[in-house]
Amino acid sequence: MSGSPTRTGRSLLLLAPLFAFLVAFFVWPLFSMVSQSVSDTAVLRLLPHSADVLAAWDRLSPPSPAMQAALMEDLRAVDDAQALGDMVRRLNSAQSGFRTLMSKTTTALADTDDPPADLVSIDKRWQKPEFWLAIANALSPLTDRNLLAAVDLGRDAQGAIEHLPPDESVNRVILVRTFWISALVTLACICIGYPYAMIAASLGGWKRDLMLAAVLLPLWTSLLVRTAAWFILLQEQGLINDLLQWLRLTDGPVPLIFNRTGVIIAMTHVLLPFMVLPIYSTLITIPGNLMPAAASLGAHPFRAFLRVLLPLSLRGVASGSLLVFISAIGYYITPALIGGPGDQMISSIIAFYAIGSANWGMAGALGVVLLVATLLLYSVYARLSAEEPGRS
Amino acid sequence: MQKSLKSGLLATAVVALAAGLAVPSLARDLTVVSWGGSYQDAQRKIYFEPYLAKSGKPLLDEAWDGGIGVLQAKVKAGAPNWDVVQVEAEELALGCADGLFEKIDWDKLDKDRFMPSAVSECGVGTIVWSTAIAYDGDKMEEGPASWADFWNIEKFPGKRSLRKGPKYTLEFALMADGVSTDEVYDVLASDDGVERAFKKLDELKPNIVWWESGAQPLQFLASGEVAMASAYNGRITGINRSEGRNLKVVWPGSIYAVDSWVILKDAENKEAGADFIAFASQPEHQAKLPEYVAYGLPVKEAAAMVPPELAKDLPTDPANLPEAISLDTDFWIDNTEALTQRFNAWLAQ
Repeated sequence: MSGSPTRTGRSLLLLAPLFAFLVAFFVWPLFSMVSQSVSDTAVLRLLPHSADVLAAWDRLSPPSPAMQAALMEDLRAVDDAQALGDMVRRLNSAQSGFRTLMSKTTTALADTDDPPADLVSIDKRWQKPEFWLAIANALSPLTDRNLLAAVDLGRDAQGAIEHLPPDESVNRVILVRTFWISALVTLACICIGYPYAMIAASLGGWKRDLMLAAVLLPLWTSLLVRTAAWFILLQEQGLINDLLQWLRLTDGPVPLIFNRTGVIIAMTHVLLPFMVLPIYSTLITIPGNLMPAAASLGAHPFRAFLRVLLPLSLRGVASGSLLVFISAIGYYITPALIGGPGDQMISSIIAFYAIGSANWGMAGALGVVLLVATLLLYSVYARLSAEEPGRS
Repeated sequence: MQKSLKSGLLATAVVALAAGLAVPSLARDLTVVSWGGSYQDAQRKIYFEPYLAKSGKPLLDEAWDGGIGVLQAKVKAGAPNWDVVQVEAEELALGCADGLFEKIDWDKLDKDRFMPSAVSECGVGTIVWSTAIAYDGDKMEEGPASWADFWNIEKFPGKRSLRKGPKYTLEFALMADGVSTDEVYDVLASDDGVERAFKKLDELKPNIVWWESGAQPLQFLASGEVAMASAYNGRITGINRSEGRNLKVVWPGSIYAVDSWVILKDAENKEAGADFIAFASQPEHQAKLPEYVAYGLPVKEAAAMVPPELAKDLPTDPANLPEAISLDTDFWIDNTEALTQRFNAWLAQ
């Protein structure tokens, strides 16, 4: 087992591309996501003088002339438009209005013919303590602000943790909803996927190939196409509703789209292959004579299934569930197109912060919350599967 | 053993070398990015292909779905792989303030040829487009005439569709609540105004189907899923022409905005990009656009060349402008994040 140094060296060398890949595409992005969510240097970097002066401010009274002078000095020294943009984005995220206030201020400061006496003479908003408070709160290099906001918490003026007002609190509801929808989809996939895999495993020849092809074919179709197809099937004048009414099962159209039902149906269909394939692969390794053996010992087929087949294939069910669940919590397009306003999942909020407003800190923090929750679930799974009887 | 170590090393070196070579060291072709769909097909015909024929240099066109985060990520990474991008007014303001775009050399373009709202430090206006109420004229003989009608479920039964997000939605709600067009943004600037808009939205909430991509509202109208929807005017006219439908645009209360060409900061082909923008701003090229898509033209001379039967569908037509309002970019760059959070919380209730 123990190899010579050359041999170890060679193995390491062969593994080097894998390690490089893991670091470049897994470790580094994760690390940068986590660090983005807690690092908060955009303001401190550009406003060193203001940071000194603001340390002595009582956080309530209107700005003193010294504070205004320090900020003006700092802003005049900025020569990097992109760094300024990062700072303004950070401040506007804490206090709406900083965007226009800052562009007005920097334009006025650039006017060397008629230099403004102080900031308040440029814009009255500089009198308000809340704008200065936003700056003062952004001056420490590390922050828990994004992580707190990701679970609807914030800090009050004294720095104590408090709940955000209800009209700003949305993340917790959506996170819980995301996990709930994913759990329902996983359950639906087990209910459909297990019997399907059982039938496929019990068949042979072209029938088995056909059943597996039916699972694999959708995997090769674009997610968007499959979602759009469900849109056509589920809509009020769609195929399913027409059929139901033609069969006289319902009088009016059944609401299948823009609600939870539609989301579950479409997501279950899209994720089904990830459930069927692992279960199928464990089922075909189970010797075919076990069930007849159980029957010969007098077990009812259902009892034989519960005591023999199910325990032996549980590993497949568990890994299938994990695959489906973890894929489902990241879903974005399907709930957006098929779901209603109450079916929005957390990815759409992350997408807004990352793409829509370039607020990488918030996007990272929500990602971290999702990651931690998933890791917790995974550790529960690992614990459960380790305790499984018959496994050392 | 020694030999296989060597071959292992060699293999690694070859892989590393190949990876190094895969990063293109050749000059990249001029890359122009627009909004895809039939609009970009039209642009290809009237701008991209003629420009290629004239300059003789290859031009790549790509599509995107907007988002300042996308542009920021590209510029921050250094050496962006796009040169010229068509952006919305908000992205123009944000990106210009954040130094993501090159400054435009207006001496070469002549400011006076453009309408004033199309001229800015970092962007050259290319279309004027509008978001308006659309309904099916074949299904509804007497349709809505205002946002108040849009909210009136008794008089016009059926579901409604609006774009998911606070932008446009809050303005429309205030207009439905009786705020006059020239006061919409003054009212919205106060906390009470935002409160008022959400209260008005509460009334309609059970009847709203939200859309996210521009094709959806037209699909909803076509399938009868909704009775009326907010939609982009170019798409409404487009579907009428391509599929022979009779969708109507309600101009009063519509909100128009200017889309602009920008050049990404430190883009490899920025000179060629500026050249392309100048080409696309020449009236004889721009004037061909309304034939394909009903967007207004910011170059005055080009707008004058559009035949009247096409001009009546444009947001810039004098008959369509009264009671339409211009999107307030400053308001939205200040408030998008806070109001989106509030909107999502309202939606989740």
